[in-house]
Amino acid sequence: MSDPKISSTSEPSGNVTGASIMLEEVTKTYPGQKKSAVGGLTLEIPAGSIVMFVGPSGCGKTTTLKMINRLIEPTSGQIVINGEDVTGMNGDELRRRIGYVIQAGGLFPHMTVATNIAMVPKMLGWSKEKIAARVDELLELVSLDPELYRDRFPKELSGGQQQRVGVARALAADPPVLLMDEPFGAVDPITRQRLQDELLNIQSEVQKTIVCVTHDFDEAVKLGDWIAIFNEGAQLEQYDSPERILANPASEFVENFIGSGAGLKQLTLTRVNEVELLGTVTTTPGKRASDVLSQIQGAGRKFAVVLDSRGRPLRRLDRRQLSRAEIIEGTYDPDLPVVGEQATLNDALDTMLVASAESAIVTGPRDVFKGLITVQTVMEAIAAANASMDQDHEAPVGLNSGAINVVDIEQGSSSGESA
Amino acid sequence: MSAERRGLIFQLLGIAAAFAILVIWLVTADLTETERQTLDPATILKYTQQHLEITLISAVIVLLIAIPLGILLTRPSVRKAAPAVRAVANFGQAAPAIGVIVLLAFWLGFGARTAIVSLVIYAILPVLSNTIVGLQQVDQRLVEAGRGIGMSQLAVLFKIELPLAVPVMLAGIRTALVLLVGTATLATFINGGGLGILITTGVNLNLNVVLIAGSLLVALLALTIDWVGRLVEQLARPKGLS
Repeated sequence: MSDPKISSTSEPSGNVTGASIMLEEVTKTYPGQKKSAVGGLTLEIPAGSIVMFVGPSGCGKTTTLKMINRLIEPTSGQIVINGEDVTGMNGDELRRRIGYVIQAGGLFPHMTVATNIAMVPKMLGWSKEKIAARVDELLELVSLDPELYRDRFPKELSGGQQQRVGVARALAADPPVLLMDEPFGAVDPITRQRLQDELLNIQSEVQKTIVCVTHDFDEAVKLGDWIAIFNEGAQLEQYDSPERILANPASEFVENFIGSGAGLKQLTLTRVNEVELLGTVTTTPGKRASDVLSQIQGAGRKFAVVLDSRGRPLRRLDRRQLSRAEIIEGTYDPDLPVVGEQATLNDALDTMLVASAESAIVTGPRDVFKGLITVQTVMEAIAAANASMDQDHEAPVGLNSGAINVVDIEQGSSSGESA
Repeated sequence: MSAERRGLIFQLLGIAAAFAILVIWLVTADLTETERQTLDPATILKYTQQHLEITLISAVIVLLIAIPLGILLTRPSVRKAAPAVRAVANFGQAAPAIGVIVLLAFWLGFGARTAIVSLVIYAILPVLSNTIVGLQQVDQRLVEAGRGIGMSQLAVLFKIELPLAVPVMLAGIRTALVLLVGTATLATFINGGGLGILITTGVNLNLNVVLIAGSLLVALLALTIDWVGRLVEQLARPKGLS
């Protein structure tokens, strides 16, 4: 299966640790209800990819997600993970092998960050030393300093930090599959964008199979290798790559769901690290301002970026500020327009608009300065992306059997059974 | 937190001061022979001991009944029975304690045992309803998160639901204890012992000093138990909760 995205960081390497998931004619009918919440859904989730479930509220996407780890027991059908039918096994044991992240992290407020993360390893009977080492490793992975955060309680963390710990807890026992239920729904847009970038960074390292429910189509396009768009009763409207869904919506429903701005959705398909970044003059605190000023003038730039000792951007200083100052100051500017290199052009544009700046600073792993992205760059990238769009690839299987008239003709093997 | 701690210190000082005043008053007062005999320190100590015994035994039984029952009534399969059970417990508290205690005595015989039975009936409600409320107010998403990471139902109950319900449950237990200390005074009517005897003696023999001393002692005992309850509430509150 070829990765539909040209993203350079998630190298299609051999160390995919994820497992494939296969839902086979899975149905959930609640007692006393005529219509099934999920009707005869067959869905293939390829190992190591991120699959996004989107659809209107009450469409059964969350029910489908919860049937994968059997928090909700399917009425009929089979769930197969890595070739093993898990429909009959002990649910608790199954769930210890599957990471689970909910909105706002779902951290237990009376336990420290470390205890929260250690829950699953403890249940699996790991040794204390192994657990402690794993907790620190995971905190590093989600960009939280273990020394600082290990012994804190959830209420002492910001929303974004809680969500990070939630992800760390889900990854604790290194499960091949990660289920996420609207993970970034409860944080502000800027934090959400950062968390999304981080999730992509983490995924490029761990290569899990991630199934994520969201109601935000932009998020689905940004995170998903594949997107499943559901209608009521978990009827699959379209299951394909973001590019193809945007280019060829399968139905009017999908078209409406994507919204009229589909042309601009191309912005969400291109990452910052796929476009050429601009260099600029960088400096460190303590340098003489006049030297920096002459450097800028020599290079024909409008401002210099101040970096800390680890190469992380602190602030930027324009010519006027430089001519007033004597020594470069090392204070951090919280309003600095910064985007991660995994961010989409949409995020970058957003950041620039919010800061009313015509360029934004791009950072790589561990927040290290990478370069600048400008409005100009973004515009050129959209034009280029629109020019080259068609790619051939094979989408994973996804269909509903029996129920309603959405039977794919090519896949027409299962038909006829009336509900 | 510090405000609560200050409150605790004030309460303790108040109790100590009131007790000191009572003692000084009794020592300096001009007592009749009967009064002196009734208020003999050794006798009072014995009554206090009986009083505490009745209270604590009833409290333990209340906890043993009400907490498991409260837990059971918040489980999905039996949740529907909760209103009915609560109505019964409500009746236990609404019925006048003096009536219950005397009626039960006719049935079960006079003595401390019957007193304990009626006290238990009387004090189940606050513990039961606070256990139910405490468990109900636990964020269901946390329960689901626990199940979602592979904890069994029992593990979720003991590691998540109960610890998070502890503050509310302890408040109910403290209320029950205070109710019990006060109501244990009635045990004396059915020959159950306790500090109530000072009050009835005071009333029957028109010994005002004995009556006042008895009432004050019961009140101080209730306040002391309340103080201990508050202390436990503070110490047992799970860390990490605001």
